[in-house]
Amino acid sequence: MSARIVHIAANTFREAVRDRVLYNLIAFALLLSGAAIFIGQISIEIERLVVVNLGLTAVSLFGVVIAIFIGIGLVSKEIEKRTLYTVLSRPVRRWEFIVGKFFGLAGTLVVNTFFMAIGVFAALLYVAHKFASPDAFILVALYFIILEFLILCSLALLFSSFSSPLLAAVFTFSLFIIGSFADDLRGFAAMTHGITRWIATGASYLVPNFSTLNVISAVAHQQAVGGQLILQNTFYALFYTAMALSGAVLIFERRNLK
Amino acid sequence: MTPRRRTQLIATTCLILSMGASVLLLHRVDEIRPRAVLEDVLYISSPKMVKRTSLGFDGLMACIYWTRTVQYFGHRHYERARTYNELAPLLEITTALDPHMIPAYQFGASFLAPAPPNGAGEPVRAIELMKYGIQNNPDNWHLYYDLGFVYYTELKDYKRAAEVFEQGSKVPNAHPFLKLLAAQMAEHANDYETARMLWTATYESSTESNIRQNAIEHLRSIRVDEEVTRLQQAVSRFEQQNGRLPTSLWELAAAEHLRGIPVDPDGNPYILSFDGQVQVSKPEDFPFITKGIPPDYKPSGPPKFHSKS
Repeated sequence: MSARIVHIAANTFREAVRDRVLYNLIAFALLLSGAAIFIGQISIEIERLVVVNLGLTAVSLFGVVIAIFIGIGLVSKEIEKRTLYTVLSRPVRRWEFIVGKFFGLAGTLVVNTFFMAIGVFAALLYVAHKFASPDAFILVALYFIILEFLILCSLALLFSSFSSPLLAAVFTFSLFIIGSFADDLRGFAAMTHGITRWIATGASYLVPNFSTLNVISAVAHQQAVGGQLILQNTFYALFYTAMALSGAVLIFERRNLK
Repeated sequence: MTPRRRTQLIATTCLILSMGASVLLLHRVDEIRPRAVLEDVLYISSPKMVKRTSLGFDGLMACIYWTRTVQYFGHRHYERARTYNELAPLLEITTALDPHMIPAYQFGASFLAPAPPNGAGEPVRAIELMKYGIQNNPDNWHLYYDLGFVYYTELKDYKRAAEVFEQGSKVPNAHPFLKLLAAQMAEHANDYETARMLWTATYESSTESNIRQNAIEHLRSIRVDEEVTRLQQAVSRFEQQNGRLPTSLWELAAAEHLRGIPVDPDGNPYILSFDGQVQVSKPEDFPFITKGIPPDYKPSGPPKFHSKS
């Protein structure tokens, strides 16, 4: 990775921290500690399930919100503040700017997820008093959540490279919702015939399939996640991210910034 | 005091006063407003729809619905309600969202099956729930045990109960008592003994305090039922031999060569009514008894539970 990309990524991370993005960790900690302490009093025998389900769902949703709302402003904010011209007047290529921004945001989310993961395991230890070996699969679920963030960051960058922040937010969030229903979309395609089937099948493969990256329920029940799934999900997320980033670079390269 | 400091002080005072006033007012409004009957409202009753709208976070939704189910049942049970209309739909949604949530089947069946006010009085739906649980968790012997339990206690269907216990005994790592229960069901000669065995097994196989407490209450009630039956037989015997009813339990004890006045598990003596019926003196302490209940007794308030038998 070139030094310029690293610099842009580091600046993006610094900016996110300065924007108090990591403050969400406080809300997360309160949510999880509250759940760990109180759920045992209002429910029966699901303390561990709640901590894992709530913890991982919160990690995912907090990250999705950060990915979308920071991602959509990464390009437009630089144009609005006119800092983009300063950056591009230096020996920085446009694609390096986009890729650097992507890594900066991804890094922010990884750091955020790391602290949240500590919170999840601490809460789990509080309710279960000890760790069991299947709890290691929670790490796999967290890894899949990070893969989900990579896809969302790249999509947010793609949309922010050609549209306003509001529209980019709408597009990215819509794709997040549609991607969560990707399996249903495939089921719908199987039920139709002719041209509709082709269109529905095409759409179901084009939208990101977030449901395949969601193993929260399985790991909450201490079920194993197969090595093949981990490997293939990794490649799927990396290829999808590369696809969306390439689109962002292509659009941004052709964009008239005058 | 600087103007800035003064503004800060006024704003802080205003904030605290407003907050206190709003809390007080809301409290007053709650008192005059009729209470909303939220427990009888299920906005989305379709399990499929709830699953779809959970955006893949169905595990968390299942936890939320299960907590709602527990709260709904607990609230209705506390009020000694006779109807539990939303209980079965809530359990269906919970288990559709997370088919591997074992507590929802185990507790769900014990909420659904018993007759009101101890449960919803829907043993058939409890059986459907347990069958769905077994279908999704075929290696969990507890579910077979609970299903057989419903067949035995609520439907008195010994044949089905024996079949289910037998199936459960073949599951890997199944508790050995399932085999015994299957055999006991096939005979169903001594109902008190079988019931005692079932509740003892429930007590020993669970780590959940509510289940263990419930098992203790049932075991205490079985003991009372058994003793009242035995004493009632003694009263009949006395009547046949003497041509009249015993005037007191002292007289009965002397005739039967008992060591003293028969007492319930709490040490309270049983009562002999003028028409020769043996009754418990504190029926409220034995929520599951079927014998010895005074005819004018009406349970009030939540059922009492004891920590030891």
